[in-house]
Amino acid sequence: MKNTIKDRTAIVGIGQTVFGKGLEDSELSLACQAISLAIDDAGLRPSDVDGLVMFSMENGREVEVARNVGLGDITYFGEVGYGGGAGCGTIGHAAMAVVTGQCRVAVAWRARKRAAKGSRPWAQVHQRLGGFQQWTRPFGLLRPVDEIAMLARRYMHEFGATRNHLANVALAFRKHANRNPNAAMYEKPLTREQYMAARWIAEPLCLFDNCLETDGALAVVVVSAERARDLARQPAYIHAFAQSIPRQHQVMTNYFCDDPLRGPSHACARLLWGQSDFTPADVRVAQLYDAFSPLIPLSLEGYGFCERGEGAAFTNDGALEWPHGRLPTNTAGGGMSEAYVHGFNLVIEGVRQMRGTSTSQVDGAECCLVTSGEGVPTSALLLRR
Amino acid sequence: MDADLVLPDLEDEDAAPFWQGTARGELLVQTCADCGRRRLPPRPMCPACRSLNHQWRPLSGRGTIWSFIIAHPPLLPAYQALAPYNVVTVALEEDPALRLVGNLLARPDGPINEIDPSTIRIGERVRVVFQQVEDVFLPRWVRGW
Repeated sequence: MKNTIKDRTAIVGIGQTVFGKGLEDSELSLACQAISLAIDDAGLRPSDVDGLVMFSMENGREVEVARNVGLGDITYFGEVGYGGGAGCGTIGHAAMAVVTGQCRVAVAWRARKRAAKGSRPWAQVHQRLGGFQQWTRPFGLLRPVDEIAMLARRYMHEFGATRNHLANVALAFRKHANRNPNAAMYEKPLTREQYMAARWIAEPLCLFDNCLETDGALAVVVVSAERARDLARQPAYIHAFAQSIPRQHQVMTNYFCDDPLRGPSHACARLLWGQSDFTPADVRVAQLYDAFSPLIPLSLEGYGFCERGEGAAFTNDGALEWPHGRLPTNTAGGGMSEAYVHGFNLVIEGVRQMRGTSTSQVDGAECCLVTSGEGVPTSALLLRR
Repeated sequence: MDADLVLPDLEDEDAAPFWQGTARGELLVQTCADCGRRRLPPRPMCPACRSLNHQWRPLSGRGTIWSFIIAHPPLLPAYQALAPYNVVTVALEEDPALRLVGNLLARPDGPINEIDPSTIRIGERVRVVFQQVEDVFLPRWVRGW
């Protein structure tokens, strides 16, 4: 097992801008601010950075980031595709580059503005579509929420899930956001009555089944485990990493395969747990990608916290809620109540849990699962203290 | 009403024969000429046997509703004007793993927002109709076989 990445790298710096709507700074500027903060947090200098990994959807390019932040000579750079599926992937690629000696200090980041060109692809659709979109968009299946609502309705039909289960998800994450001063929904409690009375967006999903729309940026710094031990912060070791494109998968509209309710997390989980010293039963805190509430039961099943069809019932009895739930999840509020920055804030919260600095800290958690987009080619990290 | 709806590119390399079929009133599915596996959406290579040879074969046009949504604003303007409207995914009779996304209509020439959403059920039997929008014939669905 010497040639795996297990525990050989760590996240040693994290940085984030404010989260908001209508921030004035450009996505490139926000990216540079978050990266700069992450480098400072790690106690390193910009000239130490020699690796960059980013989302393919990122607007600010590597050369621009390097020229702004004053980075050193970059010897490794790469990008990961598929939007919300990319987050953990960028960090995994950074870890692999560090382990294999292609770079020594790698930075991964995501910056996003909802009003920026390219940030809401569905609203910028061309009138005449080729490719996969021609099978769905002409009929009014336009937005990501429409695409996931189609799966959610089928999931509810097959497994007896209800809106109460989806409300469990929304309310748990909101409670965590209400404890996190940096969360967009810090001062906005949400009740089950409010959830049930909310306007529809794509039935069976209502407003509160959706993530926020957020401007902001986050970044991490990855170095070798040896180097991490000499730095100021408690390292969040990258224990395991996996990506997956499951067979016959289609991005977001995964209806064109034998088993649409078996999402990308299943294949990702097989590699992740196969590399790991932990099992799902050992995991006491998780950050699960939550662009939409129904992704949570799908991910709970995919990553092995329960059997197929049991993900909705898993959310009962406050199972996702800090501090007493079976699996406190999205402890900073997640995409639905902290900020939606393509899931990169989930990674940073995973690091805080390993440092012991979360506003909803799970005492004694040895590891934290962090996942990226369910419904798209995806990725996941298992961080450990 | 149809202004600015999103439409398929009839010149699409893989899908053009499908849209030529709908214009003739036929629902065609790409079928491997070597191993016979049907595939939808169409693509150059058969994932079962890697053959590049294929044919377009007609389907019965019958299916059942596999899932559906009711879309509400905010939407693109042309769709927002129709909201709330349904979008259905239909499992085709010949192979329920073959699915097409469309809309459930009260009548073959009706709009996509005419059916009472509360009456739509997963498992309902539906059959295809073809609605012309500009130069495109979109496959949509009405109740019953």
